[in-house]
Amino acid sequence: MAKKIHVATTINGEPVEFLCEARQSLLEVLRDTLNLTGAKEGCNNGNCGACTVLLDGQPVDSCLVLGVEVEGARITTIEGIAQDAHLHPIQQCFLEDAALQCGVCTPGFIMSTKALLDRNANPSEHEIRFQLSGNLCRCTGYDKIIRAVQDSAKALAAGGRRTTEKTARPNGSPAKQAQTQPR
Amino acid sequence: MASSSFEKKKYKVIGTRPVRHDGADKVTGRAIYGSDFRLTGTVHGKILRSPHAHARIKSIDTSAAEKHPGVLAVVTSGDFPNLKNKIANLGEGSVNLAHLGANVLAHGKVLYKGHAVAAVAAVNPHVAEEALKLIQVQYEPLKPVVWVLDAMRDDAPLLHDDLRTSSMGKKGDKPSNISAHIHFETGKVDEAFAKADVVIEREFKTASVHQGYIEPHVATALWNEDGHLTIWTSTQGAFTARQQTAELLQIPVSQVTVVPCEIGGGFGGKIAVYLEPVAAVLSRKCGRPVKMVMNRDEVFEGTGPTPGSFVRVKLGATRSGQLVAGEAWLAYDAGAFPGGMIGPGCMCVFSCYEIPNARVDGYDVVNNKPKTQAYRAPGATQAAFACESVIDELAEKLGIDPIELRLKNAAKEGTRRVDGPVYPRIGFIETLQAAQASEHWKSPLVGPHRGRGIASGYWFNIGLKSSASASVNPDGTVSLVEGSTDIGGTRTSVAMQLAETLGIRAEDVRPQVADTDGVGYTDVTGGSRVTFATGLAAYEVGLDIQRQMAQRAALLWECDPAKVACTDGVYKTNGKSIAFAELAGKLGETGGPVVGRAAVDPQGSSNGFGTHIVDVEVDPDTAKVTILRYTAIQDVGKAIHPSYVEGQMQGGAVQGIGWALNEEYVFDEQGRMQNPNYLDYRMPTALDVPMIDTIIVEVFNPAHPYGVRGVGETPIVAPPAAIANAIYRASGTRMRELPMSPPRLWAAMTEKKS
Repeated sequence: MAKKIHVATTINGEPVEFLCEARQSLLEVLRDTLNLTGAKEGCNNGNCGACTVLLDGQPVDSCLVLGVEVEGARITTIEGIAQDAHLHPIQQCFLEDAALQCGVCTPGFIMSTKALLDRNANPSEHEIRFQLSGNLCRCTGYDKIIRAVQDSAKALAAGGRRTTEKTARPNGSPAKQAQTQPR
Repeated sequence: MASSSFEKKKYKVIGTRPVRHDGADKVTGRAIYGSDFRLTGTVHGKILRSPHAHARIKSIDTSAAEKHPGVLAVVTSGDFPNLKNKIANLGEGSVNLAHLGANVLAHGKVLYKGHAVAAVAAVNPHVAEEALKLIQVQYEPLKPVVWVLDAMRDDAPLLHDDLRTSSMGKKGDKPSNISAHIHFETGKVDEAFAKADVVIEREFKTASVHQGYIEPHVATALWNEDGHLTIWTSTQGAFTARQQTAELLQIPVSQVTVVPCEIGGGFGGKIAVYLEPVAAVLSRKCGRPVKMVMNRDEVFEGTGPTPGSFVRVKLGATRSGQLVAGEAWLAYDAGAFPGGMIGPGCMCVFSCYEIPNARVDGYDVVNNKPKTQAYRAPGATQAAFACESVIDELAEKLGIDPIELRLKNAAKEGTRRVDGPVYPRIGFIETLQAAQASEHWKSPLVGPHRGRGIASGYWFNIGLKSSASASVNPDGTVSLVEGSTDIGGTRTSVAMQLAETLGIRAEDVRPQVADTDGVGYTDVTGGSRVTFATGLAAYEVGLDIQRQMAQRAALLWECDPAKVACTDGVYKTNGKSIAFAELAGKLGETGGPVVGRAAVDPQGSSNGFGTHIVDVEVDPDTAKVTILRYTAIQDVGKAIHPSYVEGQMQGGAVQGIGWALNEEYVFDEQGRMQNPNYLDYRMPTALDVPMIDTIIVEVFNPAHPYGVRGVGETPIVAPPAAIANAIYRASGTRMRELPMSPPRLWAAMTEKKS
């Protein structure tokens, strides 16, 4: 077996080190080495987007990135989106708008949505469809996903991108200030 | 069973849109799908697949692979029991076990490119793949046959030497690729055609298409030292996976536990087992848990597409538009082994209409493609593409509005389908009326190269077996255990029916999908049956709990339980009352836990009808079709969670759009699939479709207490015909072959011009 290579990187704001073989993809490292199984393998050749993560803020298919390439990079995965025990507004909108059925493509869609809204706070329907065309969903026909993205944009505009509160917490306890999102 | 008083009842939970119970897990990446599951000590299995579409296996030498460092076990079909022909019922369809076994690992012959031949377990998937390359297989290539009509010819290469055509209870006397001939006939068909004012007969072809679920097949098996086999898998039916695995390994079902993980789509394609028995035998051989995950190309080449088809439909009508005669001739791919989707195709081809004289002949044909599997209303879409295109042509020829023509001939309560059954109360006419009244149909379509099409579709929507139980918690919530894998939000649609029955909130039910040791037998998540049949079980669980809770209230009040009434979750007698949650807190002092249970097996079908309207634009230079506007209308009986009902209609419509416009298996002359990846097998992306409008029609189903009919499958049936009809109006070209991809449409448009 090939000798493993040491990689130091940042994942969801935390420094992470791992050993990987040169042939292992970032997706494989995330899932099998680091047990971050939120990114899914749908095709392993960059066509379905189920493995989308943010690499230095850019959405990438993690199956097309090698583990050894992320030395010194900042990676955000679906596991790093919810803040301080609260869903991110995008996650909340996907739930409230029933924008998922089987849910296996959902982590990838949420990551692509986050990348889009980080860059363009008020995208048109066409811009949303274009940005999400690298993510395949076989269940929903996309309608409710597009609406969830539109609602996410509105929610973020209304509350600011770091205010993740959308609904009152149970028992009237005060909402905690969300922590800074690692970028 | 249900009283009509339910029809008018105002519901508190049903018809609302709560957040699904498994929602937070699924938007945070925490939900455990089959490939996310890992046991300590897991090793990884991979499958060697045939490079030939048709070949005899002369020898397999696994010795070099076995010696490869990191390899723990290698298996071939020789490691499996020798299975005789035996038919096993899998709920939605049945399977010949000898064929199922030979599909899981080839015996003697490979029958399609991608057919599994051998398997390896190794320390990681890369090492397993290295070892596959060391397995030496000697093949004697044979001539393949792919197109269904070619496979029916007398001189076609034969796939199975022992296959004889069964027709009307008799077996043929010589080997054939035609495994079955189906025939239905009613009335005097030839006479009726002779008397008809207008007769139209057309031929249609459709390509093989795949279900396309984003999650590849996966299974982890552990054959424990005590002889018990546990399998964690993504399956539409844990119990059918258990049965198939046990039968293939010739062990009792009680020796197998199947744990259903979260499932990333199925659409009918995750009912048959592929990896489960292989992982099991590898695990037995190496004593470790073995995990197997398919690559995307393995999914395309090694698992079920749904049949490619040839269909001829002939319809005769009077000048005023009354259908008097129908004839259909259908031949469907079965793929490598008999038992395709021809049966439902034959039953559905004329299922939307009352046709007094009709004849249907159908042929199940084996050919060198992967064994076909169910795909959302299996067999109905191919048939509807043909029938609904001819209906459209008939409307044009008679100068009758296509909705009016359908209304004139629409199946209704009392109509006898050509295969025999008489419809109970159904809602086809209501979908046509809703289409007529829709904003979409009433608004003009303007602009060049644009056209509007309409078509209808039908699917049975089955019942079958479901079990459920629920326990009352002291805080007034209820924990529900069911056996139906949740593919699209059915935990919630089932939990809502329990909540409604008990008079509590949807959020106060905690639904859970159990493994095969944790719940009673439950058939597959398929046939649009879960919200109907498992929902019925949840309703009966609710009644069981309600009965017991009334007894507890009677104990508290020292009265006759028969004197305790329950309305909206409040138990009352003689001016005294107690709410469900408060009573739940007193179970400890009134006799202990309350557990409700139910097992149901509703018979017959609930009959789902839909009508779809589509506007398209055809680029005259490139023949690219753009979907401009789309409306799906369907009778669902009762929408329990309207958002997920809409979602089913939208998702089915878009799968139908893909089937209509782009999706197909492309085969070379050697019968090898040329496009086993998502780039070349072109499923719709977000950019390819508009918003999909939905109109939910609710015609109460008397076979269900809340009127549910099921929703999932019907929406895929109408789209190809609706789009073909729209393309005709946009371009003047009638397309009778799927997919209507730019090269095919361009050729047809060019031919018409010249």
